[in-house]
Amino acid sequence: MSIFSHIKYFMNVKLGARSYIMFNRWRNARRPLRWNTKYLAPPLKVDKITKELIALHYLDGHYVDGRKSVAWVTSGAPVEILQALGYYVIYPENHAAICGVKRKVVEIAGEAENAGYSLDICSYARTDIGAMLSGKSAVGTLPKPDLLLACTNICQTVLHWYRILSYHFNVPLIIIDTPFIYTEYSDADIEYVKNQIEDSIPVAENVCRRSLSFKKLQNVVKMSKDASELWLQIIQRGTHIPAPISAFDQFIQMAPIVEMRGKAATVNFYAALLREVDERIKNGVGAVVNERKRLLWDNLPIWHRLRYFAEYFGTMGISVVASTYTNAWGELAPLMDKDRPVESMAKTYIYPVLNRSAGSKLGTIKRMAEEFHINGVVLHSDRSCKPYSIGQIDQRNRLIHDDRMPALLLEADHNDTRSFSEEQTASRLDAFVEMLGI
Amino acid sequence: MYSNLEALGIDVGSSTVKAVAVDGSGVILWHHMESAEPRVVPQVDHFLKMVSEKFGDISGIPLVATGYGRRLVHVASKQITEISCHARGVFKQLGHGGTLVDIGGQDSKVIIISSTGAVEDFAMNDKCAAGSGRFLENTADRLRVDIDKIGKIALSSTEETYISSTCTVFAESEVISKIANGIAVETILKGLHRSLTLRIVTMIRSLGSLPPLMLSGGVVKNPAIRYMLSEETKEPVVLPDLPQLMGAYGAALIALT
Repeated sequence: MSIFSHIKYFMNVKLGARSYIMFNRWRNARRPLRWNTKYLAPPLKVDKITKELIALHYLDGHYVDGRKSVAWVTSGAPVEILQALGYYVIYPENHAAICGVKRKVVEIAGEAENAGYSLDICSYARTDIGAMLSGKSAVGTLPKPDLLLACTNICQTVLHWYRILSYHFNVPLIIIDTPFIYTEYSDADIEYVKNQIEDSIPVAENVCRRSLSFKKLQNVVKMSKDASELWLQIIQRGTHIPAPISAFDQFIQMAPIVEMRGKAATVNFYAALLREVDERIKNGVGAVVNERKRLLWDNLPIWHRLRYFAEYFGTMGISVVASTYTNAWGELAPLMDKDRPVESMAKTYIYPVLNRSAGSKLGTIKRMAEEFHINGVVLHSDRSCKPYSIGQIDQRNRLIHDDRMPALLLEADHNDTRSFSEEQTASRLDAFVEMLGI
Repeated sequence: MYSNLEALGIDVGSSTVKAVAVDGSGVILWHHMESAEPRVVPQVDHFLKMVSEKFGDISGIPLVATGYGRRLVHVASKQITEISCHARGVFKQLGHGGTLVDIGGQDSKVIIISSTGAVEDFAMNDKCAAGSGRFLENTADRLRVDIDKIGKIALSSTEETYISSTCTVFAESEVISKIANGIAVETILKGLHRSLTLRIVTMIRSLGSLPPLMLSGGVVKNPAIRYMLSEETKEPVVLPDLPQLMGAYGAALIALT
């Protein structure tokens, strides 16, 4: 850790970035964020803070060299150990999603495709591999990893993806294998995951040359739990009529819970968001002005068309009030326990919606449909996310036939604009909206 | 003679443009159909001029537009999707619900219509022309066969070749290869119809078919599609009068309400 690195960091991040943020706040105050429709409530005030948090996080990464060890991790990885060890953590999936929102995917993923990676591979993986090969990104350059951590609780693609990263960067890779949960997990399943998390500790310690402090780990787990609980409460506020926050707001506001879990700033951010949402409820403000129908969104968002969907539904008087995807980062909060951090991490990370059966996900959809007073479900059949999309045809049919719940299967891709046809999507959405009686 | 005109419907499709005029009880007074021009707005103006010539002043007559070009019909009081319009038109004509298959030029739709005429569920072919009329048009063109005759020619064949591809562009290459291998045109055509039919049947099964099976849209004129759909689903196929006009008719009925 050279003094030069610290001075560079202080000058650029602490002084430079702070001045830039102050300038940006002044500029944004003159140009408030707005939708292209009068049918949506003005964007949340915390939007600007979210952008600042994420921008600072990536800026931090530019000057991390020589100050901290860097880990690249999957979105559902037990990151608390790395946070407690002081790693700077990058989530390639989040990075890819930012590239998606900024419509940079075709250019960056193209670099991976030119190198022989098939279009059938997940567009997150293609985006990040393309970024790795070319250095292209929507957030400047990413710091090179010293350690990789992949957990198989979201898909099997990460296994191969992280092996490629490990080969390319020549750094150690920790894999946490989580058995798939068909009905309920067993003690042996938990023991198996717990043992792997314990085994990962000396590897992570060795890379960063630090020892894990149990007290620090407890503190990080507590902050992870606090932030997740706040996030869950924010999502639950969507049960109010009119819903104060939409799933499209949640897709943006979920960035810190994924990217910056286990940090005090993340807890403070969600406390502020909860206050703003409660203020909206108090003042009777809905995310959609004149809310007429309420929908649930299943699967990842279509990052490159967030505004399109938000404005389309808003104009129709439809509020998409909940999503199984954003819910996944809140529903596990009760499982975390700072007094038994490793065991509780095993229980938490074995249980995401993607590591459970299609029937279990249907149960989640049905429970949420009831709690959130839902009139219909949009199931995004995501070409890139096979584990999330498999079973959707059956889930859709069950909703329609068992619950008389209108449900639409919408084919697209969370990141790749080439798998999205606006005209085809519009005709399906229009017909679905008419079916809802609007 | 036409003073009882109460509503108009126009269906601006990808292959054809159709218009229907109805009286207060939904009886068709007039209808017209033309091939779709690349410029929608002048063609719609031309249609409206024809209606005016027939019925006199049509200002104040409600008009609903449907089809892919519906948003360009600026004089329409409302734009409604083909799903709702076809369902409304067919339900009014046949008087019962069921599973409606509408095979259009650009896409195909399967619509479940309840016993009250409401759209209960629908499916559309994916982002590919292989489930649409364009699939047949393309390959008919490649085989130099008149589109209006391909169904009859296909049915005349006692043999059938398997077209493995479900992509229109790849199917064309497959057809070329089969021609090169000396396979008869009628045998290839029968295989093509089977390929399209099986895609439609998959859509029907994905929704869980509600009998009877009904058909609308331009491809209904093709006897091979009618025959094969019935053969594959083991259901008789029911056709409304003027199946190609069901979208425009449904639009007129919606305008009426």
